[in-house]
Amino acid sequence: MSRDAVLSISELHISIGRPLVTGISLDLYPGRVTGLAGESGSGKTLTSMAVLGLLPRGARVTGSIRCGDTELVGADRRTLSAVRGRRVAMVFQDPSASLHPQLSVGVQLTDHVRRHLGLSRRAARQRAVELLERVQVPEPEAALARYPHQFSGGQRQRIAIAIALACDPEVLLADEPTTALDVTVQAGILQLLHQLAEERQLAVLLVTHDLGVMSAIADEVAVMRAGVIVERAPRAALFSAPQHPYTRQLLAALPGSRLEEEPDV
Amino acid sequence: MSESPVLESRDVTVSYGGRRPVHAVRGVSIRVERGETVALVGESGCGKSSLARAVVGMERIGSGTVLFDGEPVPPLGLRTRKNTGIQMVFQDPNTSLNPRRRVGDQIEDGIAAATARGLAGSSAGDWLERVGLPAASVSRYPHEFSGGQKQRIAIARAIAARPRLLVADEPISALDASTQSSVAALMKDLTRELGAGMLFISHDLAVVRRFADRTLVMLAGEIVESGETARLWAEPQHPYTRALLAAIPEPDGSGRIPASPSAEERRSWL
Repeated sequence: MSRDAVLSISELHISIGRPLVTGISLDLYPGRVTGLAGESGSGKTLTSMAVLGLLPRGARVTGSIRCGDTELVGADRRTLSAVRGRRVAMVFQDPSASLHPQLSVGVQLTDHVRRHLGLSRRAARQRAVELLERVQVPEPEAALARYPHQFSGGQRQRIAIAIALACDPEVLLADEPTTALDVTVQAGILQLLHQLAEERQLAVLLVTHDLGVMSAIADEVAVMRAGVIVERAPRAALFSAPQHPYTRQLLAALPGSRLEEEPDV
Repeated sequence: MSESPVLESRDVTVSYGGRRPVHAVRGVSIRVERGETVALVGESGCGKSSLARAVVGMERIGSGTVLFDGEPVPPLGLRTRKNTGIQMVFQDPNTSLNPRRRVGDQIEDGIAAATARGLAGSSAGDWLERVGLPAASVSRYPHEFSGGQKQRIAIARAIAARPRLLVADEPISALDASTQSSVAALMKDLTRELGAGMLFISHDLAVVRRFADRTLVMLAGEIVESGETARLWAEPQHPYTRALLAAIPEPDGSGRIPASPSAEERRSWL
């Protein structure tokens, strides 16, 4: 583990019946967005789920995932729940699935803050308003009393990000955070994630199949295929001079990349 | 007859709900010629799927007309669908293919739709080969294929009916990026060979750019801009089209975060 990494994955193996992730190593650093790219079934989501111990029952995990001094592979429930939300938070693709439909935004934003940080009701509410302001949800005071369905998809994802940030985590795992959003809305969320990483010195793991999204905000990109990282490089290098044939193939399939093949139609 | 476009809509409106109706489509006129691929793009809730459903007769039209080969499109019940020459491809092949029937049998349904209109028969295996799958796959079931392969099967079934118009609603959105372009290109080639027209609905301008002859941009129930795809891409006229194009993150490694339109800008588009 390199010295200043806040989260360090090494030699991670995951099998569910058969091996699905085989020997992944990845370090996350404060203020940096690390991208994990790959197509469906490559094991990128399993890798991020393993960090929080969210794998389905029957999954066999070996290797190491360290958050500071805490080992997360094989950790008991207490250790995991002290880390979840508090030190490592997560944002998913579908904000409607990660928000509780029957609880007001205020409750969802203050509940775990009060539990994890021991804030008073009033202080927690104050913090919730600040968070909503930060993620640019309009009229934050009023928003607290409203329910998820009263917001647009983009606003819901902003709220999910606010909830993830509520306990000041060191690490944010973002799994396809903009995939369900319209492209004009996506742009706003990407800007927000980029700013948050910088100003809060958050270590962000950005999991996405979308290399356009990677190119916008990832500092470093690891390309995953069939459970293995086939290539890892700083953003500019990966896009301008991809080394692995699979990376080249991915880029060639994309409209607008330098390697784009002429459409054969 | 040969002069009329395969699909023409004039001032079509679609509304939902009773007392305070939502006007999903507000007076849209579009045209799809034979052999032409027309992309209909826009963001969620803009009315593009409602329009697609309206032109194939799956949605009741509030006002306006839809002409298919110069004739009005009758509302389609399942029973009459065979004989129309219009086929659809949907986003999720898992819900459009029957999981309990062999792939070959499902393609035979499409072939039967063609023979019912007096066209020559064909073989399911041939259609599978046309979409890049082995002919021997006819005896297999949908779950034995990947998502991209299933969508190819759904396309084979639609094309086997030899439609004169193919309406595809986000047919490649559920596929991996590396297969999206090839599946879209395949759809275009097959429809062009048939001399059919294709209306291709997508939220993804970047993909559409590669194969659509013309592109229509829809916002809040209206077509705000339309034109030849290359022209629209190079010189977008409407501010919404410009914002859409500007918001696409380019995979160029530059680290440039695309511009996100402000609330005022959004209001100014309407």
